[in-house]
Formats: sequence, C-alpha cells, structure tokens
Amino acid sequence: MVGDVFVAPLEVAYPYKRTVGTLLSRFFTSLSECRLEGTRGSDGRVYFPPAEFDPVTGAQLTEWVSLSDTGTVSTWAWQSTPVEGQPLSHPFAWALITIDGADVPMLHAVDAGSLENIAIGTKVKVRWAQDRPGGVTDIACFDVVGGVS
Amino acid sequence: MALRDIAIVGTAQRPSEVNSTFTSVEILLPVIQQLLDKVGIERSDIGFWCHGSCDYMSGQPFSFVAAVDAIGAWPPIIESHVEADGAFALYEAWVKIQTGEVDVALVFSNGKSTSGPIDQILSLQTDPYMVAPLKPGFDALAALQARACLEAGVVTERQMAEVAARSRRDAHNNTIAFTKGNESVDDLLAMPYTLNPLRAHDCATPVDGCNAVVLAAGDVARRLAERPAWIRGIDHRIDTQRLGARSMIESSSAAIAAQKAGVAKDRIDVAELHAPYTHQELLLRNAMGLSESTHINPSGGALVANPAMAAGLARFAEAAESIFAGAADRVLAHCTSGPMLQQNLVCVMEGE
Repeated sequence: MVGDVFVAPLEVAYPYKRTVGTLLSRFFTSLSECRLEGTRGSDGRVYFPPAEFDPVTGAQLTEWVSLSDTGTVSTWAWQSTPVEGQPLSHPFAWALITIDGADVPMLHAVDAGSLENIAIGTKVKVRWAQDRPGGVTDIACFDVVGGVS
Repeated sequence: MALRDIAIVGTAQRPSEVNSTFTSVEILLPVIQQLLDKVGIERSDIGFWCHGSCDYMSGQPFSFVAAVDAIGAWPPIIESHVEADGAFALYEAWVKIQTGEVDVALVFSNGKSTSGPIDQILSLQTDPYMVAPLKPGFDALAALQARACLEAGVVTERQMAEVAARSRRDAHNNTIAFTKGNESVDDLLAMPYTLNPLRAHDCATPVDGCNAVVLAAGDVARRLAERPAWIRGIDHRIDTQRLGARSMIESSSAAIAAQKAGVAKDRIDVAELHAPYTHQELLLRNAMGLSESTHINPSGGALVANPAMAAGLARFAEAAESIFAGAADRVLAHCTSGPMLQQNLVCVMEGE
C-alpha cells in the first residue's frame, strides 16, 4: 500500500559556508575579474596558480606577480571521451601550462579540436567563462593561439 | 634504541573479481580466517589489528568501522585504521611492534574498485581548489606524466608495452591476478590509444579484492614461520601535491625512500613494485636503481589486478611469499599513493 510508505527526501549537502583564506580569496577575486596573478617562491620561481607556502622550503609566500593570459604547453594528454563535469564535453587535451611570466605549470584543458593541433611548446590563451563566481573554473579552458587549423 | 627484528610470517589474498556483490565483511572474513589457520594462531594471539581502506569508495563516512565485524571486537581488541592502502597500515603495525607493546599484529586491507568510477573517485585526492574542480581522472594525470617521459626519452612506447606484455604473461602463474594475456609487444603496440599516449594495457585493471598479513617480532616470528621475511628497512616519502612543481620524468620520493630503506646495500632478487601504469614501473626502477638481475613483479603486479587500497599490501604479501618459498633471499616491496607517484613506501625484506 503506497499510501502507508513513509517517504522523506534525502539531500546530501554541506549547509555551511567557509572562508578560503587570504591567498585564495585574492586569487579567486582576480580570476573573477579576468586577471591572472601568481606568487614568487623562495627560489625566485613564480607559481601560477599562486602557492601560499613554498613547496620546497615551506616558507610563506607574499610577493604577488601579475601575469599575462597566455602560456605554453609543457605536457599534454588527449581525453577522447570526456566525463561529465570536465571543462569540455567534446574531445579535448589535458595539459600542464606554464603561464607567460610564471615558471611552474598548472593543469587545465585545451580546446584543441584535434590532437594534431597540440604539442609540447604549443602556445595557448585563456578563454574566460561567462559566469565567474571565483575559482579555477572561471577559466573555461585554453585556446590554441592562432586558432585551430 | 635498537630496533626490534620484525618479519612477515604469513599472508592470505582473495582472488580478484569485478562487480562483487559482497560486503567488506563478507570478503574479509574468510581471508582473515584462512590466514589465522595458515599461521596457526588464534584471534586472541593478535596484539594489534590495523586496517587499510577508503571510505570514498563506498561513499559512506566511517564505513571502515563495519569491517571490524570481520575480526571480532569482543573481548576488546586494540585496532587502528588508515584511510590509505594496507601497506601504510603495515607501516603503522611495524611501528606499534617497535614500541614493544605487542609482539604480533595482523594487517588487512580491502577495496571494491569496481563499485564506482574509480578513476574519478581517486581524483578527489587532488588539490580541492586548483585541480579537483576540473575533474581530471587519475588516468589523465598519469598520461600527462607518460607524455613528458616519452618526450624526454626517459621511456619509450615499446618499453611500456614490454612491461605490459611481461605482466600479463606472468599473471598466468598467479591465482589472484585478473587480467591475463599472451600478446606480443607488437600486438600491444598495435592497440588504439585510450587516453593518448596511454593504451588500455598501460593502465592497471581495477578489481575488487582483499588481503591480510601477520607481522611478528623476534623469536615469536621464528616460531610462527619456517622462514620469516625479515623487514630490514622501511621508509615512506612524499612529493609535493602541486602537480606542476614536480619533476614529471623522475620520482624523487621513491629514490629517497629506496635509499633510506637500504635497497642498494645488496642485490635485490625480487621487487614487487606497485606501478598502476606501465611508465611508472620504468620510473620506479630508475629511481630505486634496480638492476637487470632483479626479477620485477613475478606476480604480474598491479597492472593485472589493482584492488584500490589493497594493491600495495598485495605487493608485500607477494614479496614475502617468495622468501617463504626460498625462491628469493632479499626482496623489495613498494606501495604508491596519490596521482603520478605522489607517495612512495619502500620496504626491504630478507630471509635468514
């Protein structure tokens, strides 16, 4: 008897907000304003995304560096069958990208169209997301500079 | 303080399967009973129990607590759990025995890798702000590492296929293994890419499985096993979690762990490496300085059966069994964790 069955909704959620701290707050704000900012490490190398603490020495990093929205692919892999929630729903390249002015590469997606259009050394440029709430996905993906041939 | 002599004195593993409908308790209970029977001890002889598993795989916080039903908690026992591979539980048990509080420990691990999209689940270990929101699978991250290695000439696609061909062939001799094959290297190289530059055989086979080992100290170990596998060195090192800040073409943490564990002090007869991707086996061999005379992964390794959170402890079980059987005198067991060989645990064991 369906009418006798007790049904209660179950919504899995974290019903609280949290602060992301000083470094990520500044970083996410800059992304929502279409700007790229990194931090300089103890050895002078520039990290993008910014590092709060030096990965080698553990020192707190406080020097910010403004960067351009272009970069270079240092390694890549071809996602021929994207999974829901990934940056693109059609085949794309994952890449480690060193932003011009930075020294340490970041992970993101490149909308290369076909794997013939990407290689180590390929120049890429940020494609900003329409909706930018502040986060790494404010960068929708990267485009190959000069367009996809 | 002098270290106590501690050895693995017995092991048991459940044959790998996929889409298992059993609970963690149902798969662990017979394996633990089999191990106790093999070693000839009772539950009451175990001074410390340590478990490795991952709640994310069952999607339920504290689901590991249910597994205590497989070991029995009355009368009260001393037990612990690591949200990690059972190999790290073994490290904790080794430390516990070193304190002198207990002489015998039972370490167990289980993982049902096929009940969800394990490639995506494991990626939840990555940086929650910079990496995880992009949802890269572990295979994709490994593929980035493989491309860097290929371009730098550190590995070749042929060498990667050789690792796969050897592992699939050796799997025929292992009842625990899941993927078996007799393909030639050229056969494998003719297969299509799945996540270019990786092909399907370059990636480990996710399976459901579990295993358990008994550790014992000094004369207790000598009484429980004819030829205990004595732990001569064990060390765990971690590379930065910032993927771009690591070298893609070498494993610094594996090199340091191997050096601290004393790998280079003498010849290694058998090395059981936990390498979920073919190029990672090649990176690990380089990092640890293993020579051509070392027999790598006679079990077939994680490539042919990779129960998440149990595949590392399986390497310890396989390496110890080769000491028990007299097939090897000095062996290496290794476990990795995290994307792109982020963490590495290395252990050297010897027979007497």
